[in-house]
Formats: sequence, C-alpha cells, structure tokens
Amino acid sequence: MTPAIQIQQVHKRFGAVQALSGIDLEVAPGEFFGLLGPNGAGKTTLINILAGLTRADSGSVRVMGHDVIADYRESRRALGVVPQELVFDPFFSVRETLRIQSGYFGLKHNDAWIDEVMHHLDLAGKADANMRSLSGGMKRRVLVAQALVHKPPVIVLDEPTAGVDVELRQGLWEFVRGLNRDGHTIVLTTHYLEEAEALCARIAMLKQGRIVALDTTNNLVNRRDGLYLKLRIAGAALPAALAARVRDSHDPVHTLRLRSYAEVEGVLAQVRESGARIEELELLQPDLEDVFVQIMNMEEGGERSGGRSVSCVLSTPASPNR
Amino acid sequence: MSGFGTLLYKELLRFWKVAFQTIAAPVLTTLLYLLIFSHVMQGQAPVYDAVPYSAFLVPGLVMMAVLQNAFANSSSSLIQSKITGNIIFVLLPPLSYWDFFAAYVLASVVRGMVVGVGVLLVSLGFVGLSFEHPLWIIAFAVAGSAILGTLGLIAGIWAEKFDQVAAFQSFLIMPLTFLSGVFYSIHSLPAFWQGLSHFNPFFYMIDGFRYGFFGVSDINPALSLVIAGASLLVLTALTLALLKRGYKLRH
Repeated sequence: MTPAIQIQQVHKRFGAVQALSGIDLEVAPGEFFGLLGPNGAGKTTLINILAGLTRADSGSVRVMGHDVIADYRESRRALGVVPQELVFDPFFSVRETLRIQSGYFGLKHNDAWIDEVMHHLDLAGKADANMRSLSGGMKRRVLVAQALVHKPPVIVLDEPTAGVDVELRQGLWEFVRGLNRDGHTIVLTTHYLEEAEALCARIAMLKQGRIVALDTTNNLVNRRDGLYLKLRIAGAALPAALAARVRDSHDPVHTLRLRSYAEVEGVLAQVRESGARIEELELLQPDLEDVFVQIMNMEEGGERSGGRSVSCVLSTPASPNR
Repeated sequence: MSGFGTLLYKELLRFWKVAFQTIAAPVLTTLLYLLIFSHVMQGQAPVYDAVPYSAFLVPGLVMMAVLQNAFANSSSSLIQSKITGNIIFVLLPPLSYWDFFAAYVLASVVRGMVVGVGVLLVSLGFVGLSFEHPLWIIAFAVAGSAILGTLGLIAGIWAEKFDQVAAFQSFLIMPLTFLSGVFYSIHSLPAFWQGLSHFNPFFYMIDGFRYGFFGVSDINPALSLVIAGASLLVLTALTLALLKRGYKLRH
C-alpha cells in the first residue's frame, strides 16, 4: 500500500542552523500520527517541506505517493495543512475565505461541502462575518475548515490547540477523531503531551532535527518502566535516603520514582521509620511526558559522552507546557 | 473556477472592497494635479500645434495614474499577505507559478485601467480631448499597467517590510513617472535631459499613450510599443524565474 506520507533522508539547513538532518519517516494511510519535540526540534520545518512551503536541501518527500516537488499539484491536492500561526485575510468573510480557498484547488460547486464543514466546526452562525471580527478560537476553526475544503486524504495539524481554550480544544479533537474514523490520515504536532497520548496511535519524537524515538504510543509509554508514588506526609520531612527518588517535591507532597511495585513496601517503611505520617498515597503510571523527558535527556547525555548511553539519568522533573 | 481564475477574482475583490482607497482616492489626487497644473501653466505655448496644455496634460496624468495604481496593487497585496502570513493560503494549493504571476499582474492591469478610466471620464468634464487612435491608447495602457504590475510583484516578492515597498515606490517608480514627460514634452528640455529621458522606459509608455489621443508624439509609437513590450518581456522572465525558485516565498 502506498504510504500516506513517505519521507526519505531529508536534510535542511537554514544558514548556520541544521534544521533537519536525515529524517526518514513513513505514515500509513488512516494513521493518527504524532510529531513531538521541543521548540526548534524541526517539526514545523518538516511540515513545511511536506506542504511545499519550504524546500528540502536533499532527500525526497511524498504525499500519497506524489513527490512534493515533481508532482506538487497532486501532492498538494492530497494534503490539508492547519498552520501554527493564526493567519487570516482581513478582506473577506468566513464564507468568502472558504469559497476562495476551495477555488484555488479548482473546485466548482463546493458550497454543500463548505456548509457541512462550517456546520461541524460551529462556524455556520459566523459565515458572513468578516474574519477580522472573529475571536482567536473562531479564526482557528476557520483555518481548520480551510484545510478541509478540498477533502484531502492527509491532514496535518501544526500545534492547532496552542492558545486555544479548553472547550474548543475538546471540540476540535472530537472533530479530528471523526475525520480519522472516516479514513483520513492525521499528523499532529502538539506541545500537550497528554493530548498526543490520548489521540495518536504512533509517535515520532524529534530533537535537533533528528528522530530520536519512533514507536506506537503504547510501546513508548511501556518503554518507561517503573512507576511513581505520590505521598502527602506530615510530622517529619522526607528522609534524606529517599532524596534520590524524588521526581518532584511540593512540600508536603512528594512524588517518588520506583522501579517496580516490589519497592512500595520498602519506601513506605523508610518514611514511617523517619517518624513521618503518611496522609495520602497514590500510585501513578508513567505517561508519555515521562518518556518524552527521559528521551530528551538521554540524547543529551549521549551526546556529552560521545556515545549512546542507554541507562538514563532522570534529572529534570519540570513538566513542559502542562 | 480554476485556481488561476480564483486567485484573479480574489485579487480583484480585494481592491474592490476598499475601492474608496484604491480607486476614488487616486482619481481625486490626479484631478488635483490636473486643476493645479493646468491653472499654473495656462497661457503656456501649446506643446504640439493646436493641442492646448491642459489637453496635453490629461493623457499624461491618466497614464501616470494607470502605472502607479498597477504597481500599488500587486506590491501592496503581496507585501500584506507576506507580513500577515496569509500568503500561505495561495502557497498551499496546487497553483503554478504561472497562475500566480498571471493572476497578480492581470489584477494590477484591471486596477490600473479602472483608475485610468475614472480619471479620463472626470477630466472630460473639464478638458476637450480627441481620440485619434484608440487602439494605441489601449495597447499602451495594457502594456504599461502590465509592466508596473510585474514591477510591483517583484517589489512585493523582494520586500520583507512595508517600508521597503514604499522605498521602491518613492525612489524608483515616482522619479521615473514624474520625469517621463507627464507634465511636459521632452523637446522642451535641455539636450542633456532630453537624452537622459530616452533611457527612461516610462517615457515611451507616456509618449505612445499620448500619441493615441493626438496622433503626434516625440517618438514613433511603434518603436515605443516595441520598447515597452521588450521591457515587459524582460521583467516577466525575471519574475517567473523568481517565482519558480520560490525566492523569498518558499524557503
């Protein structure tokens, strides 16, 4: 089967910055795929190359089997992109914007589909409002609608929920899930890791222009062995012997790292022996964020030592963007 | 509608929606030139036999309005799209660089024509004009607005800020139009300036356009049209090359 997206050995440099170095990636039709990474990892550059907004220095990129340079007409017809920036054309109303976007793809008589998309995104009431008058969330919905006017089989969402309120975010994800159920391939970049975990079946993690992890979301989460013990204690401080286990500490609540359930008893005994009383206790499974932090740190350690250190040092409990 | 047709429609709709600023304002400005210059220059010897100064002035002003508005249309549309980021709406669809070029330039031609016709119609209320060779009038108006629409596209592609487009306009387009014989026949100039004017492509556009009205000109209109056509071809080739490379549009 032709991959929905096929990226082979893509390199891209902007001046002195090597934005992408040798990306290889395939996304199958119908997948819900996540692209994660810190700022500057190269996610948007990769998406821009996919969309033809940026040209790769070398390597090949295909959308539904069409090369993005040689068969750009076919590849762009197959792709819908929701950009990260909240852009709009202030001259036009919502309906005009969507009709014009549809016309760029050579589509005639597309009003029925435009109405349907507006309906699904709760834009029908704003159809004749000028783009300038819309709130940020509404503008974001129009961007989603614009990406869908030509019914592309592959849809890329570049951090579509950045700065969007919770209600819209939920609604948007419900809508995107529906598109995926209908057979659309979805590629999503997001800073909200729990979102990627909930939505994406497979995930690639990017760092400094390289893919540092590529696996199903389940495997990635399972890769992180161990679990967390969250304790609220009273009567005494956390014993120093447990300091090495601390993931984060907001006195009197401490989250400790355990390798397995077998360690629970021992840790609780140490706390009690120190004279502290346990008021609350919770066991937490590792989530994608832990894996993310772990993988990002592992890479750094590997680079410093000049090799690939497999054992990782979990040192930064700071949760990015939560 | 085809992708090209839609982009053309969008570009036309864009300036039509702000017609007060894109059509009415330049028509008014040009009429102020007409009123002031024809008053100040009243009694000046006719430039050509039997052509009073005010009649001589009108085609020059019309062409100046055509050229400046054609330039303003493509350059301001493109720089606005680049700066606000909505340029991606035309970069994501399967539009070819030919589609892109033709739509922006044609919209500029239409904008130039609409303003030119506006200036001409209102001027006819003040000044009597003859129309000796209407086809030459149309030919020069089309060539001139296409050249300036293309220049506007180049400026819009190259510029990264509004003031760079403004600089292009103030330091290139304005001097070339004002020194092209809009307000005078170059025969009234000292020999040096007369010679220099022949290196200004805008001079040929204005001179040939004026020939269409009066049947007299400083230069053979066929030669002027060839020069205008050659300028258009060179600029078109340059612009298409920039667009094909994605210069400053696709990084």
